[in-house]
Amino acid sequence: MRGASQAKWVVAAVAVALAATACGSGSTSGSSSSDGAVNAQGVYSYQGSEPQHPLQPANAMEVGGGRIVKNLFRGLVDYDPADGKLRNQVADKIDTTDAQHYSVTLKSGWTFHDGTPVTAASFVDAWNWSANTKNNQVNSNWFSDIAGYDAVHPEKGDPTADKMTGLKVVDDTHFTIDLTAPVSYFQYKLGYTAFSPLPTVFYTDPAKYGESPIGNGPYKFVSWEHNKAVTLATYDKYAGLDKPKNGGIVFKNYTAAEAAYKDLTSDNLDVLDQVDPTDLANYKTDLGDRAVDQPMGGITSIAFAMYNDAWKAPEKAKVRQGLSMAIDRDTITKTVLGGSRAAADSWVAPGVAGYKKGACGDACTYNPAKAKELIAAGGGVPDNKVTILYNADGGHKEWVDAVCNSIRQATGVECVGDPKPDFKSARDLIDGHKVTSIMRSAWQQDYPINANFLRDIYGTGASANDSLYSSPEFDKLSKEADAAASIDKTTELYGEAEAVLAKDMPSIPLWYYKTNSGWDKKVQNVKFDSFGDPVFTQVEVKK
Amino acid sequence: MGRFVARRLLQMIPVFLGTTALIFLMVYALPGDQVRAMWGDKQPDPAQLASLKHKFGLDLPLWQQYLHYMGNLFTGNFGETLSGRQVSDVIGEAMPVTIRLALMAFGIEIVLGVALGLMAGLKRGKLADKGTLVLTLLLISIPVPVLGYLFQTIFADQLKWVTPTVQDSMNLGQLLLPAIVLGSLSLAYVARLSRTSIVENVRADYMRTAVAKGLPRRRIIGTHLLRNSMIPVITFLGTDLGALMGGAIVTEGIFNVKGVGNALFRAINQKEGATVVGFVVVLVLVYLFASLIVDLLYAVLDPRIRYA
Repeated sequence: MRGASQAKWVVAAVAVALAATACGSGSTSGSSSSDGAVNAQGVYSYQGSEPQHPLQPANAMEVGGGRIVKNLFRGLVDYDPADGKLRNQVADKIDTTDAQHYSVTLKSGWTFHDGTPVTAASFVDAWNWSANTKNNQVNSNWFSDIAGYDAVHPEKGDPTADKMTGLKVVDDTHFTIDLTAPVSYFQYKLGYTAFSPLPTVFYTDPAKYGESPIGNGPYKFVSWEHNKAVTLATYDKYAGLDKPKNGGIVFKNYTAAEAAYKDLTSDNLDVLDQVDPTDLANYKTDLGDRAVDQPMGGITSIAFAMYNDAWKAPEKAKVRQGLSMAIDRDTITKTVLGGSRAAADSWVAPGVAGYKKGACGDACTYNPAKAKELIAAGGGVPDNKVTILYNADGGHKEWVDAVCNSIRQATGVECVGDPKPDFKSARDLIDGHKVTSIMRSAWQQDYPINANFLRDIYGTGASANDSLYSSPEFDKLSKEADAAASIDKTTELYGEAEAVLAKDMPSIPLWYYKTNSGWDKKVQNVKFDSFGDPVFTQVEVKK
Repeated sequence: MGRFVARRLLQMIPVFLGTTALIFLMVYALPGDQVRAMWGDKQPDPAQLASLKHKFGLDLPLWQQYLHYMGNLFTGNFGETLSGRQVSDVIGEAMPVTIRLALMAFGIEIVLGVALGLMAGLKRGKLADKGTLVLTLLLISIPVPVLGYLFQTIFADQLKWVTPTVQDSMNLGQLLLPAIVLGSLSLAYVARLSRTSIVENVRADYMRTAVAKGLPRRRIIGTHLLRNSMIPVITFLGTDLGALMGGAIVTEGIFNVKGVGNALFRAINQKEGATVVGFVVVLVLVYLFASLIVDLLYAVLDPRIRYA
């Protein structure tokens, strides 16, 4: 009798769980639940955090300020939130024949929020100012492709010029960009907020401007109550493709993600950034079809210290593939990570132009028998032991231990986590190339094209190439890709470069980041893009 | 009395210098480069890194940074945050909120704590005493986050009396729930301390005299018993005011109150040395003055204690 009633409970619980997950996955297709009357002037709130810098486009790297700046400004191009493809905003066209010399034509009719027109000089002056070392913009190295960058931003010491030679204003609606080398996907980079235009009023007092910025985007600045909220209102004369369907956004500050979630479930916060770990288990039940669970443009990997003699020999590629095969990604993402990550099967995240499903091949499929075979064929792991270096202050311990357990059980290779107290100490070892075995390596997209996940991490001498991986074949393919005539050709050639990674295995892709989020009952039509941001302009506030 | 106060104020100077020096050294000697942290997982640009470090004076030796900091402090300049804001502005925004919260919590713990202690002390061994014992034991043993989430669930999610988090940090009504949570632990200590003290004093000679003189009960308890029993409680309350202001990190996080705890938590996370030290300097001052007031109150409460 007692057993029977317990069984009944289990069945009921499973049914609830199934219904909940079914609802949750249904919502990712983007169907809005109810189509109530919409208040076009309605303002909605979004979970934000205090910007770390003044609100200047080239100074917004973290999400707190980044998201606000993204709504205040529109650059030459941006990415269509539906498919991540590039589309023109202020630019009418961007022409190039050799991927190195670009000629930009602007649309007319664009104005800043103070009424002044957006001209070619608005871009050129802004970029020159932002690239200059003296002006201390954290995103200044985004301009490093442009000819003459060395003069305004030398590796050491003060700049010798205040203008880059690669930028020339032709007239109010035309300017040209010359790069130091061909970069076929340079237009993708142009979608980053650092390339936003600035009005002339900016230069009179950049610091003051950063407290109450004037942009050219769909929203204009209203107020910034420090540590409390930033308020934006719709700009009536916005000339872009994505006219807002709402009256404005309030970025409400939260330091504890749990508090934001509580506010969401009680309809005091309209759109959530990311569900906190403690509520991950129940958010789909709480929110029903207002829950979001979809992949985002970021990846976690573990990378080998390729500069270490132990990993240098060509046959060790087999060992690295074997280790990758020994990791049970599906189980770890579901259990240890609570479904907040999706198992990876390539080095490029889904939703990114050029993403190839299964690019990693068999190596990313759990197969203990084959793993042992490959490791043996490659001459075994040095000393039969690997360590995974990570920073202990970032919540990585659980998954590192799980990965190690998986490797140990599948192959018998000894594996332990190698925690460093904080991010800085871990980074010191990684930056100084003093890692002996394996290190944690995470990447979030800057722009949604596969080059960003490949060239910037695995190219010889690339700034984020912590492994010091160097493959002539990879470099040759990426150079060809950079010089390609079309974006399609670029992504295709980078796809071939990714195949080289599958062969050499300098790093093991583990899982993709996911957007786990939701919205409350006061709004609808909330969709998230591959950056993990809601499509701000499309959110509709119910009457 | 005047000389005592002057001496105490002079003593504060070395204490103040010592504590700020220690805090400064600890914060700035911590591993974790605040400028490097701006880039997060990304590779910093070396030229920009050097330029920013120079701008904030972080490329100087630690002792020079400290001298510079203290020099500025005496002119009322708390320095700048990495985002270029005045630290004094950040403190100025957070302080009024936390002062409200702390004073409300303080008021709750004094009124309720002393009342409970008095009731338990007078009815020693009776049901009221045992009830108070159980209640205070519960409050002491429940960690603050648990109590916070519990209250949130009961009063916001179930009863819908309040919003789960504070929507306007300056609104006294909304701050009531976090203030109760914040004050609950101290409330238990105040109740315990006053109970013990009252139980002890109830049998004192002066109490017997007062009763024998035929004084009204209100006067016996109010003037004779309570006044003499408050010394250990006041000692505790003095240090507790400082603890309430600095210790609101958890409570303010749960209820999203934009006070000192919240600002301090963010500053520590972002390794903003100037902001952390700035807040701690203010908190040290609060502690020092609170303990001075406690010492002065001793003399008021018990005339046998005299300061020369």
